[in-house]
Amino acid sequence: MAVLEVNNIFKSFGKYEVLKGISFSLEEGEVLAMIGSSGSGKTTLLRCLNFLERPDKGTIAVNEKLLFDGESAEKMTEEQIRQNRLHFGLVFQNFNLFPQYSVIENISLAPKLLQIGTEEEIEQKALALIERVGLSDKKDYYPWQLSGGQQQRVAIARALALGPDVLCFDEPTSALDPELTGEVLKVIKDLKTENRTMVVVTHEMEFARNVADKIIFMANGVIEEMGPPEQIFEHPQSEKTKAFLSKSLEEI
Amino acid sequence: MSFLEVTSFLFDGFVISFLIFAVTLLLGIPLGLPIAFCSMSRFKPVKIVAKVVVWVVRGIPLMLQIFIIYYVPGLLFDYPLFSKVDRFVFLEWGISDAGRILAVLIAFVINYACYFSEIYRGGIESISKSQYEAGYVLGLTKKQIFRKIILLQVVKRIVPPMSNEIITLIKDTALANCIMVCEIIKQAKELAATKALIWPLFYTGVFYLLFVGVLTLLFGRIEKKLDYFRS
Ligand SMILES: Nc1ncnc2c1ncn2[C@@H]1O[C@H](COP(=O)(O)OP(=O)(O)OP(=O)(O)O)[C@@H](O)[C@H]1O
Ligand SMILES: [Mg+2]
Repeated sequence: MAVLEVNNIFKSFGKYEVLKGISFSLEEGEVLAMIGSSGSGKTTLLRCLNFLERPDKGTIAVNEKLLFDGESAEKMTEEQIRQNRLHFGLVFQNFNLFPQYSVIENISLAPKLLQIGTEEEIEQKALALIERVGLSDKKDYYPWQLSGGQQQRVAIARALALGPDVLCFDEPTSALDPELTGEVLKVIKDLKTENRTMVVVTHEMEFARNVADKIIFMANGVIEEMGPPEQIFEHPQSEKTKAFLSKSLEEI
Repeated sequence: MSFLEVTSFLFDGFVISFLIFAVTLLLGIPLGLPIAFCSMSRFKPVKIVAKVVVWVVRGIPLMLQIFIIYYVPGLLFDYPLFSKVDRFVFLEWGISDAGRILAVLIAFVINYACYFSEIYRGGIESISKSQYEAGYVLGLTKKQIFRKIILLQVVKRIVPPMSNEIITLIKDTALANCIMVCEIIKQAKELAATKALIWPLFYTGVFYLLFVGVLTLLFGRIEKKLDYFRS
């Protein structure tokens, strides 16, 4: 059963068409890595999934439940959109932690406001998440007291606290110093063993190859090529994919 | 007149100065918020009206606004609104006239609410959109995001400009003497006129200085309290 089904998503900003018919699906526990050159629409797609942008056309379904349909999108209420967002989590490139809250407060804020469980349960869960991302000794620190890698791990724990069906990452390591990317990628890798369904936009080819079950190569708002990592990396079919991969290999 | 008598006489005036200060803050600080929201409204007419009001109120000297509020109702409707209030003396002010103080309070509250609204607007607009988005993806409502995430960050940013404005306010209360409200400088001028004493006028500076000193300490404490986070 597909956890996520995205069908024929279109999105324009004014006259400029950014997404031109994106369709894919994800099974439970699958990790999808999205690669592609700058401006190809990867961030826009993740923002559509998290209802930060409204697609012009297409459908989004989670666990067979239709959450979004371009046909009836106008009629969606703010409350429906908010409910839909709970199916997804998003980890931003720049972490976007809440500066006035400590690590544990950042993680437990939304569960408390949304009253998901008792104070006690929320607290316990937050502590467990903090331990899982390896920050138990930093639970009362404020974001400015943490390194970028630590902040990003808190952001991941914060997104997990609400138990989303699909967790999305938008270039989670590209704002980090190279020596800090490893600790964040390791956390994501660990999540895979817990059967988390994830969509990861990344420039880390090595990571995509080793962790993802499925790769999407995006170019100019379309899925140029999609398949298991062996296929995309060893036997790319499209010329654009080949060009992109050889270029990103050069950079390394 | 002894030094003590002069001090007490001036202090009566400073009570009026402080009253104008306190009422202006008490009403102006909350009133600034709806004005700020209106001037950020996506609904154009509301936004335009708010911007024009703020422009006019900030563009005209406060002293002139006091004159306008005190005299214009009488000129327009042939009804001396504020001196009528004086005559009824529905409040016992002791040394001053209720109607005049009321007019000054109205002018001050409107004026400062507009100044505060601009500070609020600047503070709110300075918070990055990504803080809202971080709240949205966690399934929070707009209201929750504003109250629990944005507000404190805004407060931290506006404390320095607000403290400037509030320190200016206590000194601005001296303008009330343009319609003969017995604030501290008016009291000092009274002494000059009736007792030929000029030194009390300069002595009023001490009252202001002490008060501003207290305010400065207070704002320093607030800033320090909010020092635990950085944004
Ligand atoms: N709000 C917006 N308004 C107008 N144009 C936008 C908006 N958001 C994105 N775009 C445009 O859409 C295109 C795709 O942007 P997007 O951020 O999705 O690319 P990306 O694949 O994530 O690129 P990168 O690898 O640089 O992050 C870009 O050309 C961008 O300028
Ligand atoms: Mg991007």
